[in-house]
Amino acid sequence: MNEDKQNKENHEHITPYSTYVLVWLALIALTSITVTVSGIDFGMVALAIAMLIAAVKSSLVINIFMHIKFDEPIFKVFLMVSLFTLVIIFVLTFFDLVNR
Amino acid sequence: MANGTVALEEKSFYEESTNKYSGILSWLLTTDHKRIGLLYLVTICAFFIVGVILGILMRLELIAPGPTIMEAQTYNTLFTLHGVIMIFLFIIPGLPAIFGNFFLPLQIGAKDVAFPRLNLLSWYIYVIGAILVLISLFLPGGPIDTGWTFYIPYSVRSTTNVSLAIFAAFVLGFSSILTGLNFITTVHRMRAPGMGWFRMPLFIWSIYSTAWIQIIATPVIGITILLVIMERAFGVGIFDPALGGDPILYQHLFWIYSHPAVYIMVLPAMGVVSEIIPTFARRTIFGYKAIAFSSLAIAFVGYLVWAHHMFTSGISDTARWIFSLLTFIVALPSGVKVFNWVATMYKGSIDPKPPFLWVMSFIVLFSIGGLTGLVLGSLATDIHLHDTYFVVAHFHYVMFGGTGTIFFGALFYWFPKMFGKMYSIKWANISVALFFIAFNMLYFPKFIMGYMGMPRRYFDYLPEFTNLQVISTVGSWLMGITMIIIFANLIYSVKKGKKSPENPWGGVTLEWHTASPPPLENFHEIPTVTHEPYDFSQLEEMKHESK
Ligand code: HEM
Repeated sequence: MNEDKQNKENHEHITPYSTYVLVWLALIALTSITVTVSGIDFGMVALAIAMLIAAVKSSLVINIFMHIKFDEPIFKVFLMVSLFTLVIIFVLTFFDLVNR
Repeated sequence: MANGTVALEEKSFYEESTNKYSGILSWLLTTDHKRIGLLYLVTICAFFIVGVILGILMRLELIAPGPTIMEAQTYNTLFTLHGVIMIFLFIIPGLPAIFGNFFLPLQIGAKDVAFPRLNLLSWYIYVIGAILVLISLFLPGGPIDTGWTFYIPYSVRSTTNVSLAIFAAFVLGFSSILTGLNFITTVHRMRAPGMGWFRMPLFIWSIYSTAWIQIIATPVIGITILLVIMERAFGVGIFDPALGGDPILYQHLFWIYSHPAVYIMVLPAMGVVSEIIPTFARRTIFGYKAIAFSSLAIAFVGYLVWAHHMFTSGISDTARWIFSLLTFIVALPSGVKVFNWVATMYKGSIDPKPPFLWVMSFIVLFSIGGLTGLVLGSLATDIHLHDTYFVVAHFHYVMFGGTGTIFFGALFYWFPKMFGKMYSIKWANISVALFFIAFNMLYFPKFIMGYMGMPRRYFDYLPEFTNLQVISTVGSWLMGITMIIIFANLIYSVKKGKKSPENPWGGVTLEWHTASPPPLENFHEIPTVTHEPYDFSQLEEMKHESK
């Protein structure tokens, strides 16, 4: 690994507080949407909506609070590998559940 | 391979410590990866010996039909404890925690792992987990009797100390995750200059793949265990059919971890084999990249086959054939490895020293274990063989004949490096031969009995099985004797053995470029890697290095 790259890696990315506060507000807003929406009867779509909101929230947390957005690409790879494995495990389990 | 690793008269890591203490505290508070590896060696061997004694006791019970030395319930707790100890305390942590810790930094030319303190912490977590298992034996309620798989609904109904024992497995999982995390970071960050990914020794590739499984799969068992504890304590009704839960969901979750865990056990062993064969055949490994990538492939496909443990549990037919197909696919990368190892030996100049003999024994036993796995992976034959002694034989061949054999292979290979002493080659050769005979006496009859219908986890059997059961029991005695010889030879040599030459086997990976035992920070200065990992032309240069 060459020197330059290493220096760059050691360089911390500093996120301004304002961003954190904005994300925090966004998370609260999304949570209240989830709660409100759960009162309305959307039928089959309800679960999808809840999951979608949850996905948006977790991507905010992962990218900003957990610094994945600013870190080296390798961490994104780690994350994607884990998510991919999880998806496969879900799909394979459902081969059983759906056809039982 | 390395420049500038001149072996001066210097202190080894035994004489210098990372902290200000001496004696036992210098070990208990150490952050040196080598000392931590040795701490693991001692604790893991202790539990292994306990597990072996439990195994021999079970075999003694089975020497004749009917109760001989114990009652049914005692047998139930014995096979459970034997299974839990062997799986969670011996074979899963075994190779990564001992040899991974000791040799990962040495082989990539680093001073230590990336997080030395975390490394010590994971040893403590291991010890805490082990102590919890021990406590669960003596609390009222009695030792756990569910089998090491803790299947629902029995594990909810059992009045024994199930919750504490499985909580111990939960704790042990953390140790595994932290070790994995440490190793991945170390491999990414701490390779010596010149050590590109494809110059890493194959043991590193295997430890790296294993670390990924440790991190991704272990949380699944952790959560599953917590759910079982909640089910026992509060009856939440997620698994318990009486409360509307799904017991097959438990089996899915359990095996989503425990099947990849099988690869946590075997991948590092395959890595060690890929180190030992080139060294004793004096020939570069055949198909380096194929072996490296097959480790990753095994780690990946290993995630996709878990439900082959559940063919008879009532999963859907679609799931059955899909998982059966995937199971056959995982045999491919394993086959790639075996063929590459054999091709490495072809036209090599083979020096059959004890580590090499362990590897030979591994190839035979592991191949039998692997191929009988395919018998169990086929739907039709599995219906007949499921939960019989055939399965018991199969997994002992894979785990004990495969990983267990290489545990000893690695110990005999790296012993001179770890302790700077040499053991008796003669007794080592005798122990390999005895091991091979004892092993087959102990477990081969179980294939036949299983085929004839002898179910597993029974303390009693029909009279027609008597002859084969007796052969197996006698095999267990021989195995006990072999273990005594192995440990006596090694312990004696640590204390009184002859000093070993720096590089007794003529190995060329980085650990052989430094003193035996290595100095505190492994190398005088961080080596620069200029050769492929198994390039034996460096042996000449290395002679000058050490002068
Ligand atoms: C001298 C060595 C050993 C002996 C004599 C031995 C013997 C046995 C016996 C008699 C059983 C019970 C079979 C049954 O009734 O179903 C058993 C089960 C088992 N053994 Fe071993 N074994 C030995 C070493 C090992 C090793 C090294 C491992 C793992 C690396 C291992 C892992 C297991 C497991 C996982 C079970 C299943 C426990 C259960 O059913 O829950 N054994 N062994």
